[in-house]
Formats: sequence, structure tokens, C-alpha cells
Amino acid sequence: MTIDVATIRKEFPILDREIDGAPIVYLDSGNTSQKPRAVIDAMSTFFEQSYAPINRSSYRLAGQATDAYEGARTAVARLINAPSADEVVFTKNATESMNLIAQAWGRANLGEGDVVVLTEMEHHANIVPWQMLAAERGVDIRYVPLTADGQLDLTNLDQLLAGAKVFSFTAMSNVLGTIPPTAQLCTAAHDAGALAVVDACQYVPHNATDVQAWDADLVAFSSHKMCGPSGIGMLWGRSTMLDEMPPFLGGGNMIDTVTLDGFTTAPVPAKFEAGTPPIAEAIGLHAAIEFLEGVGFAEIRRHEMELTRYALDTLNDRFGDDITIFGPDNVEIRGGVLSFTFRDLHPHDVSQVLDERNVCVRAGHHCAKPLMKTLGVAATTRASLYLYNDESDVDALVEGLAGATDIFGF
Amino acid sequence: MPGLEDLYREIILDHYRTPRNRGELDSPPAIETNGHNPLCGDEITLYLMVDDASKGDAATVSDVKVGGQGCSISQSSASMMSQAVIGKTVGEARALIRRFKSLMSIEGIELQPGDNDIVLGDLEALQGVVKFPVRIKCAVLSWNTLADALDRATSEPSASD
Repeated sequence: MTIDVATIRKEFPILDREIDGAPIVYLDSGNTSQKPRAVIDAMSTFFEQSYAPINRSSYRLAGQATDAYEGARTAVARLINAPSADEVVFTKNATESMNLIAQAWGRANLGEGDVVVLTEMEHHANIVPWQMLAAERGVDIRYVPLTADGQLDLTNLDQLLAGAKVFSFTAMSNVLGTIPPTAQLCTAAHDAGALAVVDACQYVPHNATDVQAWDADLVAFSSHKMCGPSGIGMLWGRSTMLDEMPPFLGGGNMIDTVTLDGFTTAPVPAKFEAGTPPIAEAIGLHAAIEFLEGVGFAEIRRHEMELTRYALDTLNDRFGDDITIFGPDNVEIRGGVLSFTFRDLHPHDVSQVLDERNVCVRAGHHCAKPLMKTLGVAATTRASLYLYNDESDVDALVEGLAGATDIFGF
Repeated sequence: MPGLEDLYREIILDHYRTPRNRGELDSPPAIETNGHNPLCGDEITLYLMVDDASKGDAATVSDVKVGGQGCSISQSSASMMSQAVIGKTVGEARALIRRFKSLMSIEGIELQPGDNDIVLGDLEALQGVVKFPVRIKCAVLSWNTLADALDRATSEPSASD
């Protein structure tokens, strides 16, 4: 069964908007996704009818708000096939989830000379928190290199992992679209005695996710890339791990008791949710999950594979040597992310010309500067696809690029 | 939306395709200053030679070279800037920086008497950038780097004498 993009697009009010009399061609979902009516309505209805504090007050309205917030946690657990909703921690975003891991687990478990293994295609969110730890306590960081077509080069993985305490890697590159063999990498980490940490920020919105099948230990992802609101992210962890980890942020909600001499922590997940959380955002996220489940993750993935194939073929056929698209050509191991260089035009200029046609892409280093260096470029232009995109969006990108040729006089 | 012809004026594209004063100077004696735009990754390395730096604003900018990479706006702006400041005094170069950043609608620029009379020449072509606010930082990157370099040249006179 294929998805009906025309029907799906009707669910996204912003896709009806015109700028200068023409529709928006939104190809920046790898950055952040657009929101369906169901999410917008769920949040406004919650604000209008049900908003109240959670986990604090005893009146009925607060109890209902607490139930709604916890309902979102249950939906997240179902989304990633977590054994228990109590293993799902709400954070501000996936970046905070990664920092939580590095600060809470890392500071309790890593010291001078301990090894953390990352890959050369990580987002800054899975590099800098570890580098902060490295600067503070002399942790060593190793990187898994890439093959020429942007896959992980696993040739020497066992040597890289030897003696490592953590292997933290992306389940889908935000620049290359590369989908590495996550379950295999988790096994390799465990065989080496290392923790398997997965940055699933780009993966979860586009694929059926099963953290148990991966056999991962800690997984970070966010709401805003999967049709939910910004301001809320998720961390899933094995309950045994979360139980043992010290808290990250201190404050209200995360304590069992506090005296002038100290505190004891609440059980997970509250232990990691200090302060008032993003309540309405959790309600919006819940609606987003149900929306995506309604379409079906297998169908979304199939659609994006077909559209990615179409985009790769169309761009390469039309522009030949003038375009370099990074990442693997095989869409079985690639998500709908197309980072490219076009002639010798700077990505800012490419993006500017595309914007004239309302084609929204990202230009720059995509929060992956080390990867840019590996690729030998300063920046790329990135078009990223989602369930509401179709071939007409790719065609608009192609025509826009052709227009750049005219302006810069090649 | 303003048209792209407002942004990509022919003179800008000319400086982009054929950047002037591209290259390096030995440092020392030149002052080497790096500027970058963390949002987009544009990078510039500016080499500045100031003669008689101890004279402060009365010293002369004798040579400028530009390295690094970036978009057409940042590259053309750097190219035009290098042409505009070579041969000027440090004080005149600083006045030109104020005048240019004012043209770019940068807030907090305190223009001094006479700044508005400064002839911008080719640099006028960049005024279309103001209609594309996200590109303003591309246009001013090299100018902020020049300001840093001038400050260093006149505060560390031994580096450039």
C-alpha cells in the first residue's frame, strides 16, 4: 500500500500557505517537520480546556492533565517498542537527552583514559557533550571513519571498540541519510563491554523503531522532527541503567525528599524531569504519534525510499557532473536526506535562488562540521523529505537549481 | 519578495568570480585575523599590513590580502573591501567600516561627522543585501574581521612596524 500524499498534505495547514502567490515547497524536514492539524488542535484544545500542572496538585483538573501527560509517555513507549513507559524520560530536545547521558551517566562512570567511540558522521549533539566530558576529565574519544560513499567503515570496528566504555552513534545521518546497521553496532558495543547509545533523532520520524530489537542501552530522539511540537525531546533507557544513573538537573519533581542537608531522588522517570515539563508539548507529541501511526511507519518508509530514489535519479540525470550528492546510493540503507554541492556555487547562494521559488532547503554545515571536513567541503545544500513531499517537490528543486545556473552565468 | 537581481548585481558577481587581493601576506609582519560565521561556516582570513602603526589612526593601510571561503556575498564584500581600504589611513578605514555597517542597517553604529560623505563606490552595489536580512551577516563578516585587525595593528605596533 502506498500513501496518498495529496490527502496527507491536506492535514498540514502550512502547506496551503502561499508566499508571493506560490505554494511552499518544504524540503527541510530533517531540520524540523511541519505540523498536522491534529497536533495543532490537540494543543489548542488542551490549552483551552485542560491545561493544569502535573504531578503536583490534587484537584481534578490537575489529575486529568497529569493523566494526559502520562498518556503521551505511554504513546512514546509504544512508538519505540519500549518494555515500559517508565523508561521514557521527557527532556527539552534530543540534544538535552544526549547531554543528560554524557553528564549523568558519563560523569558517574568515565574517568581519565576511558574511551568513548563516536563516528565521523555525528551531529554536534553527539560530539560536543562527550568533548565537554573529555576536557573535564581526560576521556579519550575515537571515531569510526567513513567509506567513500558515506557509510560507516566497520573494517576496524573491533579494534576501535577495544577497551571502550561507550559507543554512541547515529541511527541515521542528518547529512548523508546513511542508516547504519544499528542492531549490529549495538551487539559490537556489548561484545566489547561498551554501552550502546543511539542518537535516533533522524531515524524515529521515518521508520518503525524497536529499541529492544536494536538491543540498545540509551536512545535519544525528539518530537519536532516527527510532526510534533518543538520543546520536548525523549530519552529511552533500560530501567536498570536509568535506576543507577545519578540525576542530571536538580529541582522540583525529581526528588523523593529534601532536607537542609540533602535530597533523595524520585524513581525514574521523574528523577530526570526536574521542574515543570513541556506539558502541552507532550499532548501535541501524543497527537503526532497517533497521526504517524495512522499513516503507518512501513508506508512512510516505503514512500520515502521511492521518493529518495526519484530524487537521486532526477538530480543526477539532469545535472550529471555538476552535482555531487553525498551518501550511499542504495535507498535501502539511506533515508530521505540529500546533501549536495552544485557546480562551485556556495550553498547559501543555492538556497537563496531556491527561496525565490519558495523551495525551502538548509544550507550550511548542518551541525556536523567534522563530517564536512571528512567530505572535503565547507558546507552543503540539503534537501530532506518527509511523508508530505512528493515528486512535484523534487521537480521544483530541480527547476530551481537550473535557475541558479542562469543567474550565476555558467 | 525583492528580486534576486537586487542581490546579485553584476558587480557583485564580478568580484565573486574574480576576487581581488586574494592570497596571503607573511605574518608577521602582517596582522593575520580570522573571522567566521558560526551559523553558516563561512570563514575569512584577513592579512593586514599597516605602515607606521604607532601613528594610530594616522597610520596607513599599505596592503590587504584575503583568504578563506564563503558565499558570493561574503566573498565579493571582502574583495571590494580590500580594494577600498588599501592606501587609506587607519582612521579612514575605520570610518569606512562605520559607513558600510550603517549601509547594512547594523544597529548601534555611531556615525561620526563626515561619515555620510564617504564615497562607497562599488560597495554601493551591496545595499540590496539589506532586503535579504539573513544575508547581512555574510556581507559584514569581512568588515568585522577588518575592524579586529585594525585594532590589533594599532595596539600591537611591533607586529606591523
